[in-house]
Amino acid sequence: MGKTLFDKIWEKHVVKQIEGGPAVLYIDKHFIHEVTSPQAFKGLEQRGLKVLRPQQVVATADHNVPTLNQHLPIKEELSRNQVQQLIDNCKKHDIELYGLGHPFQGIVHVIGPELGITQPGMTIVCGDSHTSTHGAFGSIAFGIGTSEVEMVMATQCMMQSKPKLMRINVEGQLNKGVVSKDIILYIIATISASGATGYFVEYAGSAIRSLSMEGRMTICNMSIEMGARGGMIAPDDITFDYMKGRLFAPGVSQWDRKVNAWKELYSDEDAVFDKEININAADIEPMITYGTNPGMGIGVTGHIPAENEIEDKEKPSFLKSLNYMGLKPGAEIKGKKVDYVFIGSCTNSRIEDLRLVASFVKGRKKADDVQVWIVPGSRQVEKQAIAEGIDKIFEEAGFQLRQPGCSACLAMNEDKIPAGKYCISTSNRNFEGRQGPNARTLLASPLTAAVAAITGEVADVREFL
Amino acid sequence: MSKSINIVRSTVVPVNIENIDTDQIIPARFLKSTSREGFGKNLFRDWRYNNDDENQPKADFPLNDPTYKGKILVAARNFGCGSSREHAAWAIKDAGFDVVVSSFFADIFRNNSLNNFLLPIQVSEAFLQQLFETVAKDPAAEVAVNLEQQTITIVASGAQETFEINSYKKTCLLNGYDDIDYLLSMRSEIEAFEAARP
Repeated sequence: MGKTLFDKIWEKHVVKQIEGGPAVLYIDKHFIHEVTSPQAFKGLEQRGLKVLRPQQVVATADHNVPTLNQHLPIKEELSRNQVQQLIDNCKKHDIELYGLGHPFQGIVHVIGPELGITQPGMTIVCGDSHTSTHGAFGSIAFGIGTSEVEMVMATQCMMQSKPKLMRINVEGQLNKGVVSKDIILYIIATISASGATGYFVEYAGSAIRSLSMEGRMTICNMSIEMGARGGMIAPDDITFDYMKGRLFAPGVSQWDRKVNAWKELYSDEDAVFDKEININAADIEPMITYGTNPGMGIGVTGHIPAENEIEDKEKPSFLKSLNYMGLKPGAEIKGKKVDYVFIGSCTNSRIEDLRLVASFVKGRKKADDVQVWIVPGSRQVEKQAIAEGIDKIFEEAGFQLRQPGCSACLAMNEDKIPAGKYCISTSNRNFEGRQGPNARTLLASPLTAAVAAITGEVADVREFL
Repeated sequence: MSKSINIVRSTVVPVNIENIDTDQIIPARFLKSTSREGFGKNLFRDWRYNNDDENQPKADFPLNDPTYKGKILVAARNFGCGSSREHAAWAIKDAGFDVVVSSFFADIFRNNSLNNFLLPIQVSEAFLQQLFETVAKDPAAEVAVNLEQQTITIVASGAQETFEINSYKKTCLLNGYDDIDYLLSMRSEIEAFEAARP
């Protein structure tokens, strides 16, 4: 029987299979940030240990960093302290840190790929659920807890049971105005926020193959929002072209040898998955969420389910969610006024996202009563945006281009959406309080967010193209 | 944090809400501590208080209701989805729970719990409903958990289910071992693996 892409990478990384238990899995690359690492460093020191392979660890500060005046000390004491501990810990353990002020600083899942650190065939972990992003390169990448961060620091290995495997095939041509974020929101709405729990997902099919690397990263990024441990896409020429010449990617002398090895990373034709789901790309509209988990999404011209469309058992949580959102069962979402637009996060803060937004807003102005925050994923993205004149387009539209970080995706810094306000966000989670206590989040693509910024409401981008 | 766990017999605290994500269990603004302790007071923070004010507890939230107490938290389907923050498991443990019961757990949360000697027990939808109904009728109803035998029992009615747990993890929980102890003992095998890589 053939092997899946996952099997091929997994088998090369099993140090030992414990009888009736998990495998000891070797980890190639460990990303760390300030929020989920301090307790791990502390645990390590209590055991009297050093980080075993510091050269396989890369650190950045992202969750707590302000997005204005990054040259000044962080105002909030607890945030400042957490970032300082990361600096101290990295120094003590000889770990490369791309902290505030460093030209490579940025969101951990943005900088790994853009620097060429993320490569096909690797095992990659980070104390952050969106580590699944790196699977876009054909790697096994997944989020872990702090005890596991400590484990990887101490041993460069993890105890891991092999997950079940699911393949999601998206075939066909995407409709006008539909981008990769819409694909993943559609998939999650189709299979639910827990539909892939226990699985590792491979995305395949012609619509996936047609996506750029950045589009693929958006898809893999949100795998966790349907419960999957991770998502992955087989590498191809689009992957190799993206990687070539990046700082930490293999150099000219090794390139051909590496690419030849990477070309073996695909699921064999006769490989068997525990579950397969087929999606027709033509069915996908620009998507938006109305509820408080990412599975509560609809096409932008659709309506929120009416009460009689919801199973009795699901009703309490459905109504609780709509009550939080201040929305009514059966209502249309199009035309809903928004107060904030947030374009950023590890899902949609890359240069292509900013280009897409800029191409739409060029020559247009934001609606008067909307605040628009654009937060690039990294210093490199910021630099590129300025080099391309995108900053000017945003400025003329009345948008605020801020400095890189996780920002209003989870509001650990000062960027919070006020209670009761509506925010169209390109981030990944619409959980209660995610963007600030009682903030209301509508998840959408950068394009749908851009239209909302201009019109001040939820709108169908197809009417403007 | 107490290491090793086997028998727990206790009343339960029911939180009958589906899809409880880890942002609800412990909101992001409380993740700035650099220790593992003290998260319990912020467990379900935004569901516990009006206007984030500790003087304004929401009376109808089970954690604020003196009727409910105990070492077993019972929640509805798909518990612990979302962020990988281990702080969620720390908060539940710190608030005095040793066991969390649901009909479905998110993977990372399950691992984080096991790594902190907080036992996640996945039961059938029917048994979960029985649990909720039992506590609604009698908040003093006790539930008994036996890890060795992998059983969970509603004491008064005798209703019982067996639950699954990975045998390796079970041994760790019963004996107070953790994965790091195990992996550290494998140092030479890990080095041999590294040396053999192309």
